[in-house]
Amino acid sequence: MTVQSTDPGTQGVADSDFSGDNRQSVTVRDSVAAYLNRLRGGDMGSLPAILGLIVLFAVFATLHDKFLTTYNMANLVIQAASICVLAMGLVFVLLLGEIDLSAGVAGGVCATITAKTMLEYGWEWWLGALAGIVVGALIGLAIGVLVSMLGIPSFVVTLAFFLALQAVPLKIIGSGGSLRYDDTVLRGLSIKNVPVTAGWIAAVVIVVGFAALALWRYRTRSARGLVHQPLPIVLVQISVLGVIVLGLTALLNENRAPNPLLFNISGVPWVAPVVIALLMFWTFVLGRTRFGRHLYAVGGNAEAARRAGINVTGMKVAAFVICSSMAAVSGLLLASYTGKVSPGSGGGNVLLYAVGAAVIGGTSLFGGRGRAMDAVVGGLVIATIPNGLGLLNQASYINYLVTGGVLLLAASVDAISRRRRSSAGV
Amino acid sequence: MTQPTEAAPSFAPEAPLLELKGVNKSFGAVHVLHDVDFAVYPGKVTALVGDNGAGKSTLVKVIAGIYGRDSGEYLYEGNPVNVHNPRDVAALGIEVVYQDLALCDNLDIVQNMFLGRELRTGPVLDDVTMETKARETLASLSVRTVKSVRQSVASLSGGQRQTVAIAKAVLWNSRIVLLDEPTAALGVAQTRQVLDLVRRLADRGLGVVLISHNMNDVFEVADRITALYLGRVAADIPADQVTHNQVVELITAGRSGELGIRNVATASI
Repeated sequence: MTVQSTDPGTQGVADSDFSGDNRQSVTVRDSVAAYLNRLRGGDMGSLPAILGLIVLFAVFATLHDKFLTTYNMANLVIQAASICVLAMGLVFVLLLGEIDLSAGVAGGVCATITAKTMLEYGWEWWLGALAGIVVGALIGLAIGVLVSMLGIPSFVVTLAFFLALQAVPLKIIGSGGSLRYDDTVLRGLSIKNVPVTAGWIAAVVIVVGFAALALWRYRTRSARGLVHQPLPIVLVQISVLGVIVLGLTALLNENRAPNPLLFNISGVPWVAPVVIALLMFWTFVLGRTRFGRHLYAVGGNAEAARRAGINVTGMKVAAFVICSSMAAVSGLLLASYTGKVSPGSGGGNVLLYAVGAAVIGGTSLFGGRGRAMDAVVGGLVIATIPNGLGLLNQASYINYLVTGGVLLLAASVDAISRRRRSSAGV
Repeated sequence: MTQPTEAAPSFAPEAPLLELKGVNKSFGAVHVLHDVDFAVYPGKVTALVGDNGAGKSTLVKVIAGIYGRDSGEYLYEGNPVNVHNPRDVAALGIEVVYQDLALCDNLDIVQNMFLGRELRTGPVLDDVTMETKARETLASLSVRTVKSVRQSVASLSGGQRQTVAIAKAVLWNSRIVLLDEPTAALGVAQTRQVLDLVRRLADRGLGVVLISHNMNDVFEVADRITALYLGRVAADIPADQVTHNQVVELITAGRSGELGIRNVATASI
């Protein structure tokens, strides 16, 4: 590895001691080589999910000409939103090496509460949504206390909650019934779009904000002589994000109505900014706050975390509370998409899809490894499968087979890369 | 109750940084520590030796504040202090590096060194300052074997991990570092690195306690040796006034010639 010392004046005492640090201008080739090394060592992050997404897109696009239409892409975004949000919540418990099997059903319960309070008591949408999310947080609190204080394995506790919580919507709604979910704001998340101009402004703000942050980080770190990415890599990262964000905005801002002369459907669906805001918030919390650092520490080595003075019990409870609260948000998004809440909402394989999404995205089932971004990338993969198969008019058994296969594949990649990590020590 | 022998009078160290006097500790019916006196001197490496079950770990945990004392004094710089938990002890500048290291494999070196005591500006972690300080600390200990302070701990060798754990302990301007079997799992070259590091810590004026089974390690770096036998101090002597064999006898039999517990038979539990 070549380290070119461009400014010896700023070097501290330690300069000669850490030969591998990218403290000065490291070449792009070294940086790429280091990345390839990490891949070989099994640290693949979201790469398998991104490759999977490309493969799925290529397959479905060749099999059906409607797949790549802007109309279907907008649909895909709306379908993926609730999975992404649920998976984002699950990342927190998976980080600790725990599991929450009840998250999907908890989302259904919370959506039921929200719908009920709005229909029955005439609550405002935000009050109803808040009530749902608070119920979610309380469910998470109960699970967290049972797991961390009584020491019951999370698998068992959340399996019990999975079974028991299904009773709540059934009792409130009644068998075979359903609750309308037609509030302009909550339902509008899925069926209404951000005005075209506002969408453009938001997209540009996100890209410029990211670029400013990345460049500022590069400048401070290189000025202080700390480990940093070479400038060209930073610029590539900024351009990739810019192309994706601006490209998707342009795509969704087109008129995508099936009959463009009669209707105008254009703009980014409102769920997208919701998911992006949650993604940015949790990415910040996980990466840049003490709470996030401690979550990783507890997931990596709970005993070490305890000795470092971290409240391990509290961290576990917090993770379950976050997971169930995010499940509540996910339940609201799912109800927003379907327009109703029925006793089966959030049941079935909703939860397993979300776990699959997190794992496919690169979150480890063994704890200590995962990001909010994993949930979004994985959620897109999981949502693409039923979307594409639906277009192809396949029998629904195919959908189960393919999704199950993808989940198994993702879990194998996780297990194998973990083995390689421990042998390569990356 | 028999008394441990006095330290040889020729040895006149500075005032001890940390001193335990007459410490007793029982777990139920088991009396683990009997009137133990223990002292740590600045700039000196004190080796704590003893057979399995002699009370080394218990003594360390009493010092670390994990266990309370049934009786006895805890003096820091000559003044009695009240320590009730590990946090009080850390506040005095006493750090313990445990045998099983207590590092998180999924975090990098900087993150591990600041674990639980992260620096922040507002709610945001101050990674720039943390990395700078971690680098300075490692450099001041002349650690040259670590390639990057941003590599994950999982990728480090046993010796490097031990080094990081020790660097983590001295990062906080600590005055005393207790090392529990730091070389137990290491190869020859790595043991060398760690022992050099132990010596450098003492040369910087820290009081170092080395708990070890390995007599070669003990004689290589220790200035004083405190031998425990069945929960009693068998001897507390300068390392250059005893031989290897004498220490082994102290550990296994509680006495060696003039040294050790006078009446071993009555000393047994």
